Amino acid sequence: MNPFVEPIGISHYLVVGAIMFVAGAVCMATKRNALGVLMGIELVLNGANVNFVAFGSEYLRPGVMGVGLDGQLVALFVIVLAAAEAAVALAITLNFYNNHSTVDVDQADELSG
Amino acid sequence: MDPITALPKLLGAAWLIPLASFALIVFFGPRMGKAGAKAGWVATGAILTSCLLSLFALFFVWLPNYKLPGPVEPHITAESRTGDAHAAGEHADDNHRAKDGHAGSKEHPAAHGGASHAESAVRPITGDWYTLGKFGELKITIGYYIDSLTVLMFAMVTFIATSIHFYAIGYMHDELHDVEDHEVRLADGHHLHRKGRFHRFFQYLSLFCFSMLGIVIAGNMAMVFVFWELVGICSYFLIGFYIERKSASNAANKAFIVNRVGDFGMIIGMMVLFGTLGTFSFGDVDGQPGIFSLVRPGADHQLIVPDGMIKAAAFEQIAAGVEPTAEQIAAWRADTAPGTPGHWAYWLMIIAGLGIFCGCVGKSAQFPLHVWLPDAMEGPTPVSALVHSATMVAAGVYLVGRFFPVFVPEVLLTIAIIGAITLFIAATIAITATDIKRVLAYSTVSQLGYMMLALGVGGWSAGMFHLITHAFFKSLLFMCSGSVIHACHTNEMTEMGGLRKKMPWTAYTMLVGCLAIMGAGVPFSLGLSGHYSKDSILAQALSFRAVNPMYGWVFFVAAGGAAITAFYMFRLWFMTFAGAPRNKHVYDHAHESPRIMYVPLVVLAVFAVAAGWSTNTFNIDGLVGNFGVEPLLEQARPLGTSGEVHGVLMNVVHPDEHDSHLDQFHSRAELVALLTGLTGLGLAIVFYGLRILNPEEVRAQFRPIYDFLIHKWYFDELYNAIIVTPVMFVARRVAEFDQVVIDGLIHGVALWTRGVSVLDDRFDRYFVDGLVNGASRWIFRTAVWLRGAETGQIRQYVMFIVIGTVALFLLISLYTSTLAG
Repeated sequence: MNPFVEPIGISHYLVVGAIMFVAGAVCMATKRNALGVLMGIELVLNGANVNFVAFGSEYLRPGVMGVGLDGQLVALFVIVLAAAEAAVALAITLNFYNNHSTVDVDQADELSG
Repeated sequence: MDPITALPKLLGAAWLIPLASFALIVFFGPRMGKAGAKAGWVATGAILTSCLLSLFALFFVWLPNYKLPGPVEPHITAESRTGDAHAAGEHADDNHRAKDGHAGSKEHPAAHGGASHAESAVRPITGDWYTLGKFGELKITIGYYIDSLTVLMFAMVTFIATSIHFYAIGYMHDELHDVEDHEVRLADGHHLHRKGRFHRFFQYLSLFCFSMLGIVIAGNMAMVFVFWELVGICSYFLIGFYIERKSASNAANKAFIVNRVGDFGMIIGMMVLFGTLGTFSFGDVDGQPGIFSLVRPGADHQLIVPDGMIKAAAFEQIAAGVEPTAEQIAAWRADTAPGTPGHWAYWLMIIAGLGIFCGCVGKSAQFPLHVWLPDAMEGPTPVSALVHSATMVAAGVYLVGRFFPVFVPEVLLTIAIIGAITLFIAATIAITATDIKRVLAYSTVSQLGYMMLALGVGGWSAGMFHLITHAFFKSLLFMCSGSVIHACHTNEMTEMGGLRKKMPWTAYTMLVGCLAIMGAGVPFSLGLSGHYSKDSILAQALSFRAVNPMYGWVFFVAAGGAAITAFYMFRLWFMTFAGAPRNKHVYDHAHESPRIMYVPLVVLAVFAVAAGWSTNTFNIDGLVGNFGVEPLLEQARPLGTSGEVHGVLMNVVHPDEHDSHLDQFHSRAELVALLTGLTGLGLAIVFYGLRILNPEEVRAQFRPIYDFLIHKWYFDELYNAIIVTPVMFVARRVAEFDQVVIDGLIHGVALWTRGVSVLDDRFDRYFVDGLVNGASRWIFRTAVWLRGAETGQIRQYVMFIVIGTVALFLLISLYTSTLAG
């Protein structure tokens, strides 16, 4: 199966989702700026969302019955949760900045064993 | 009122009210008035209510419904015996029965003679109030068996108990405040000082009344046994009322333990009856035959060995699972040659009878278990009057009377002989006793012997009659003696004398009691209560002697006993009330008892005079037939026991009790009783009244006999030597064995255990603890090493997550592809 000659199908979505996930993960692992880490998280969550939407779509998977709007709904949940998570994380970041005058996550090692 | 429904309710209530009083006093006694003073009134009120209920039951329920039988006539002859096939052949030779014309010559309507038997056959009212439990065949119930004897006993017991309760309120007033017991010296040399126990006394009296009435109304053996033990324990509590006195606690123990010996036999008897008959019940309940109808199944109610016993005895002949036929059982029953089933079955009857009688020997203080009763006089005098003369000790006689239908002639003969021995031994001991209560105690034992003798020679109603009359005059005598003790503060008659001037009420009521027990009366017309009952006993003994010359000596013992009775009773009266005061100090301090004490004396004295009378005595036509104690008893006579019975294993014949009314027996007995009584009275007057002869000289002359009697025939010494000493010896050896061997063993085991535990401790400390500590040390080290991985660096955590996720992904992919591939 060659994705470059096939019509747009589920695999393409999965590839895009995987790229987004990996990019997000790498972003989380490498960025020292807390805001950068948060952006990475958004990328990871939305990579997952792409997968949900892809698997949930009737058009992309003809002949598979019974999924309905589940994929889309889960994606909506993820978006809502991501918003909430972002709000909490930004608040933490702001507090961290107030205490340490920096947003470098490497400085935040008070939980070390 | 319908007696069948009303009597169980009335008598049941009369029975339970003292229990309620007991429960009230147990819980609230000390709070009833000052020092529990009101407890006396609670108990007295309870027993008075019982008494009224019992009297109501007797006069307004029993008598209107069951007409009393006419005057007792000898059952002579053929017409009364035609239905009695069993007897037809055997009695042809009875010469004393050849007096047919005699009955006809009397004025009484002939109808009475024949009909009295049928009239008297009133069916007892039986039933169960409550079933405690049912385990297969074994059914334990609270049941009742009511006939005129039950009703009469209820009336008698509650009436005497009421008098004694009133009397005790006066007698026990010392207990209302703190008591200084002069008979107890403490280790520091002072007398014992304790709180009064007024309420406790009445609490036990109530429990006692409940238990006694329980025996009387009981409908089955199991219930009798329970209440039998209950009166035993009440007696124990009351004898040991002054528990701090060594003598009292010893006497209580003695009474309790001696009674256990008798109860052992009673349990054997119960086991035999239940094991072979499968029922405890006396009468038929709900169509189930009781013991009495099983041993007397026929229409003529003759005593036969019941089927159950035959089957038990013939277990070798009966093949497994095969019921023997009725003919086979009858054949076994008929053959009583030694070694046959019939022979063994008859022995079962004897064992059952002797076993039950054994319990009665203990309770009624018969030889050889009579030793406890005189010692029981350590209790307060109202207790002696109620428990140890009028009611509880009479329970043994009552039970013999109840079980009378079950006793075969051999058992009855044993009862008669035991009774005769007892009455003679006790009467002789009473001659030398100087403790006023002990004289009465031995007199009680002796009179109980009379009752047993009467029952044993076949005089059912004579024995029961004496039980009732004796209860009245003996409780009277005891209460009089209590009044004397109350006044003199001593029991010794050697300290008394001339007291009749100081306490006339007590003296003259006691004189009535002495005359009653002596059986005083004008021959053939009128007498005190004892006159009638003693005459019927002697008449029956005489009638017994006529058919059993071999055992005729029991009559002479009874007649001799009558003389001794009169002698020691008047010896007591003269020593106490007549002559010059022996101890000036005691005499000066003596005083008549308070009214609450002497009014009961007068009431009981009236009954001691009149209890033997019936309306026929005065030729009054009673509204309910011939009313009196004897006709009531005649009505309760167990079915089928009026005829003549022959022993199977021994040559003994029990004559028909009605024959004792023949002139040939009754008139002679009456004369004998009067003459012996007068002899005894005369001797007492010679020795103690007029002092013509000096008792001291007689005593010196017959020193060995006197010593023998003053030591009570050496019974206590004998029992000490043959029972107490060996038992103590064995107990001491056992205690030594216990101390040396058992204790040594236990100490050794303990030492060994201690050694092992030291070793175990080491093992625990070094091995088990080492293992646990080592493991924890290793876990600690690992944890310290692992915590290095927790850097707190968020980026590092993300790397772990990513690497972990990827690793999981790879692993799962590999796994699934291997499955697929």
